[in-house]
Amino acid sequence: MENTRVFVGLGSCGIAAGAQDIYDYMETELKPAGTDLEVTSCVGMCYAEPIVEIEYEGERRRYGYVDKKFADELLESVKTGTFPEKNLIAQSDEGKEYLDRQVKIVLKNCGIINPESIDEYLEADGYKALTKCVEEYKPEEVVSIVKDSGLKGRGGAGFLTGLKWSFLAGAKGDYKYLVCNADEGDPGAFMDRSVLEGDPHKVIEGMLIAAYATGAKEGVIYCRAEYPLAIKRLNIAIKAGEEKNFIGDNILGTDFSFHLHVKEGAGAFVCGEETALMASIEGKRGMPRLRPPFPANSGINKSPTNINNVETYGNVPFIILNGAESFNKYAFKNSYGTKVFALAGKIKRGGLIEVPMGLTIREIVTEIGGGTSSGRPVKAVQMGGPAGGCIPERLFDTPIDYDSINETGAIMGSGGMVVMDDSTCMVDVARYFLAFTQNESCGKCTFCRIGTKRMLEILTRITDGKGEMEDLDKLVELAEHISKTSLCGLGQLAPNPVLTTIKYFREEYEAHIKDHKCPAGVCKSLITIQVIPDKCTGCTLCARVCPVSAIEGERKGIHVIDPETCTRCGLCIEACNFDAIEVV
Amino acid sequence: MACKDCSNAVLEEARQIVKQVGSEPEKVIPLLQEIQNRHSYLPDNLVEAVAEVMEVPAADIYGVATFYSQFRFTPMGKHLIKVCKGTACHVSGADLLTASISDELGVEEGGTTEDMLFTLETVACLGCCSLAPVVMIDDKVYGKLTSSKVRKIVKEYKNGKH
Repeated sequence: MENTRVFVGLGSCGIAAGAQDIYDYMETELKPAGTDLEVTSCVGMCYAEPIVEIEYEGERRRYGYVDKKFADELLESVKTGTFPEKNLIAQSDEGKEYLDRQVKIVLKNCGIINPESIDEYLEADGYKALTKCVEEYKPEEVVSIVKDSGLKGRGGAGFLTGLKWSFLAGAKGDYKYLVCNADEGDPGAFMDRSVLEGDPHKVIEGMLIAAYATGAKEGVIYCRAEYPLAIKRLNIAIKAGEEKNFIGDNILGTDFSFHLHVKEGAGAFVCGEETALMASIEGKRGMPRLRPPFPANSGINKSPTNINNVETYGNVPFIILNGAESFNKYAFKNSYGTKVFALAGKIKRGGLIEVPMGLTIREIVTEIGGGTSSGRPVKAVQMGGPAGGCIPERLFDTPIDYDSINETGAIMGSGGMVVMDDSTCMVDVARYFLAFTQNESCGKCTFCRIGTKRMLEILTRITDGKGEMEDLDKLVELAEHISKTSLCGLGQLAPNPVLTTIKYFREEYEAHIKDHKCPAGVCKSLITIQVIPDKCTGCTLCARVCPVSAIEGERKGIHVIDPETCTRCGLCIEACNFDAIEVV
Repeated sequence: MACKDCSNAVLEEARQIVKQVGSEPEKVIPLLQEIQNRHSYLPDNLVEAVAEVMEVPAADIYGVATFYSQFRFTPMGKHLIKVCKGTACHVSGADLLTASISDELGVEEGGTTEDMLFTLETVACLGCCSLAPVVMIDDKVYGKLTSSKVRKIVKEYKNGKH
């Protein structure tokens, strides 16, 4: 079919859900027929992966939950021109709920264009903003447009991007560096990965505009090694950009030159901090240092350097092309534009979303996300990863803007939003994050190095049922010291998950300490696993999966779990087909 | 500074690697990544030989290597299993997956099986949060897992089906 194009979403999570198999399967049918089969990336509707889109006579239909059987139906419809109604995810009521509240600036092309084709990016107005800059604006004019837009750094701290650029532009030195921080390390966050996989040229164009505005000569994209597809697509994009003279010497026939390369990280969370990241680029241990001097004066190899996050650069082409007002019309308090979130955890419709500032957490969780996946009551959202905090359900009317989120004790962060229902233990969550930061502390500052370890020991004691009420005061005291005496954000913010859970879920801590109970049924030392006699059919499955042989019972007889031997691993609960095993 | 245990062959490989990647100070991490790409870990004698070729103390290179979690100092099994410990996976039962794989293979987290077939590691976050809990085996990601599903997959690898 000549007027038909078929797109398969091949982002990392799509591939993990089986999209590559679907692509290969459809290719064998479509190629001989001469129908265009194209690669695109994540469109953000991760809950419905694998996703196939069909363009037929100018109309695009997006199908989700595509398995081989449904792929057959779609292949047939391409031949006949009559398309199935089921699994139409963008046009369905559910899809509308998911999409209607979103405003896509950074994610506009993600899942729509082929990220490996510069021509498709060009067709989607790509590199027009760069061209406009070099042809119409002086560098200082570009800086003021970005300042006027009110864009703040999307990596977490929320510093004004235009102001940061003006520091680099004004810095003394001939050779200036520009860095894109793509070392996305927060567990539960995948915004930057999706943007880099889905629209690498947009980030590169943002960097080129920044380079033009600030006079930077060399750019480095510091990307996590765990993101091989993002690295691959970035390298393809840089090569294509060089061939078209968007990157390199005398860009677009002017005397503006900028060279760009990708640097693979080697796995250290602290490298998300800008001075640590620069040390890592220089080939050293990624440890932060005292500021000043600030990177704008003394960064990589002591040269002036500016660092921004992936999403920050991704906003820039839109701002230049459409003007500062088109961006800051999305305004709430002191925050402007949109924010991308990775909506995950116990949520019905998880995925990548982009929402205007001012939308409330409740609107995101219940309207866009459709509530919890389990149908159980929602308890909290965790925002900001290990540096952030847990916001309880009673504060879900908090709007999304930097100031309001900070007031809750969490932070906007880079955009991880993990939803938790009543089967999540908040003490366990606090312990989980502290174990993470404790492990990732570079060890330079004493309180971060040892203080987090002591906090972790206390939390472990509480989850083991051996905590005392004074432990809560000790945790708060340690948290204050760690925050005050750490050099970088990792240490300063490390106590946040603990402080917010003590503030909002103190009763859960008290239940662990006073009653030796874990209300959510998570902490192993405080729970017992038992068979519900009325429901047990004596199928013997639980006894067979138990790794420590703690379950006894005859076939067709009621089984019994020996609490002394049981390690509370939960395998039997997962295996039982009759919901006959419970946690008490 | 001379490397005592370095054979000529090892020194030759070190020269090759340094020539290919570069010898500037900022190339230390790419050099280590190249060594690990070739050998699946950082063999002592090769790291020392690279230090000798670069004319820097081996301790400088080890200082960098031990800082980053990507680098390992013992040989890796044929298949690398990485259990994701991201937040979404944690609240969806990632610990149970680690325990099941550990039980299936008889190896602790961070260890390699005696037959050198599997290395079991955990990773901070693979970024496939909507498919939680996930496990990555070599370059393939498996999502929405349960312990019985992951056991079945590991068994398939054991039997050479992948």
